[in-house]
Amino acid sequence: MHDFLEIVGLSIGVSLTATALAAAIGMPTGAALAMFSFRGRRLAVVLINAFFGLPPVVVGLVLYLAFSRSGPLGFLELLFTPAAMVIAQTVLAMPIIAALVHRAAERAWARYGDELICDGASRLQAIPQILHIIRADLITATLAGFGRTVSEVGAVILVGGNIRGLTRTMTTTIALQTSQGELPLALALGAVLVGISISISATVFAFAGSASTAGGDEVR
Amino acid sequence: MKLRLILALVVAVTAIRSGSATEQSIVLASTTSVEASGLLANILPQFTAKTGIAVNVVAEGTGKAMDTARRGDADLLLVHDPDAEQQFISEGHGATRRQIAWNDFVIVGPSADPAHVRGGNDGVVALKTIASAQAPFVARGDNSGTSAAELRLWKIAGQTPDTLNKEKWYRDIGGGMGQALNAASAMDAYTLSDRGTWLSFNNKGSLVIVVEGDPRLINRYDVIELNPQRHAGAKLGIAKVFADWLVSSEGQQAIGAFQIAGHRLFNPSAESPK
Repeated sequence: MHDFLEIVGLSIGVSLTATALAAAIGMPTGAALAMFSFRGRRLAVVLINAFFGLPPVVVGLVLYLAFSRSGPLGFLELLFTPAAMVIAQTVLAMPIIAALVHRAAERAWARYGDELICDGASRLQAIPQILHIIRADLITATLAGFGRTVSEVGAVILVGGNIRGLTRTMTTTIALQTSQGELPLALALGAVLVGISISISATVFAFAGSASTAGGDEVR
Repeated sequence: MKLRLILALVVAVTAIRSGSATEQSIVLASTTSVEASGLLANILPQFTAKTGIAVNVVAEGTGKAMDTARRGDADLLLVHDPDAEQQFISEGHGATRRQIAWNDFVIVGPSADPAHVRGGNDGVVALKTIASAQAPFVARGDNSGTSAAELRLWKIAGQTPDTLNKEKWYRDIGGGMGQALNAASAMDAYTLSDRGTWLSFNNKGSLVIVVEGDPRLINRYDVIELNPQRHAGAKLGIAKVFADWLVSSEGQQAIGAFQIAGHRLFNPSAESPK
């Protein structure tokens, strides 16, 4: 039971941290991509949308080689630690959040951009205002990012190593239990994981949903 | 506000990170069987309680475990492929190798036994019979110790990976022992398993042991300390404390005491290596 709580705690802790980091980077990036025009913007937009489907196992492998003691970032001693798992999941969730935010920010910027600039705000200063206008979409984007992080196994098992008591998450436990032929246990843990995803989503909507639908509707 | 959030996160990540770094710990790259069977989970608390050293086990199959050590990402190795171990040492990566335990490989298959090999004790004859009956056989194909043992046996039976992979009945799943057993159970196939994983495996379906007792099926587990000249960054000092404990009378006793349903899974053999 202690093991179980530790595993659930680590899963949620790593995924929430990664989602928060991905949101902190992805939201301003998505908004900026909608508001600034510069060379290579189209390419950047294509790329973040393409990285929606970044295979976790590939992200895991690249970071594994980078964090290896013989790799370029080996001196950080991050391989087989929860921090490496947070980084891997941040890389996975960031494009999802940035792409969804970009889509919403593009609409908001087309509608309110001129007004904001007329009010004397620079484009950089307008980023928080645009994000405020599309706050309902930010919730969807963040939950999509969280869904990606909490459910993936390919990246965390490579950079985390599935070490008992240190880097073992719910998804890597399910993989391990399946390999031990403990199928009912694996399935039960899978159900717990789905339950947690549902409760987090429900909690977010309970707190933020009603307050921000107005902003979202205005844009559409 | 956002800045404060980021700062808090950085602090949180650093806290997670240092939590693992302040205590003494080593990374043990190991074969999957010592982890999946429950052996390490059973004996490690004893060692950690005594020494305060945490052993972080990355279980990934002998071939990959050695690669992890070659890259410098492990402090100690626990594996079971004598030929590959010899190569690892002659490449200059490994310093000392000591046997800690042995058990054996068994050929398991569906109780209906379509190839009629059940009850035998000659692994090579069994493989030849399975091949001529073209009965499904699940192969690990993952460069693990068990995969190497299986291919050695096939070689004596006159088959190479090239000839085998052309056969429809030979199913290379490229996965761990548990995955291979799950697959064999699902497709009523034969496969070679280490006895430890087999005994602790819980989805046997109709699978039973069909062949055991061939001296060529012996399975040796060795702990390998790394060469300090090649792996100066590894925590070799505390790794040695653990390696020494494994072959000490206390460690050997812990290994021998590990049982599942009355069966001993690993026979301690540091005193008289097999």
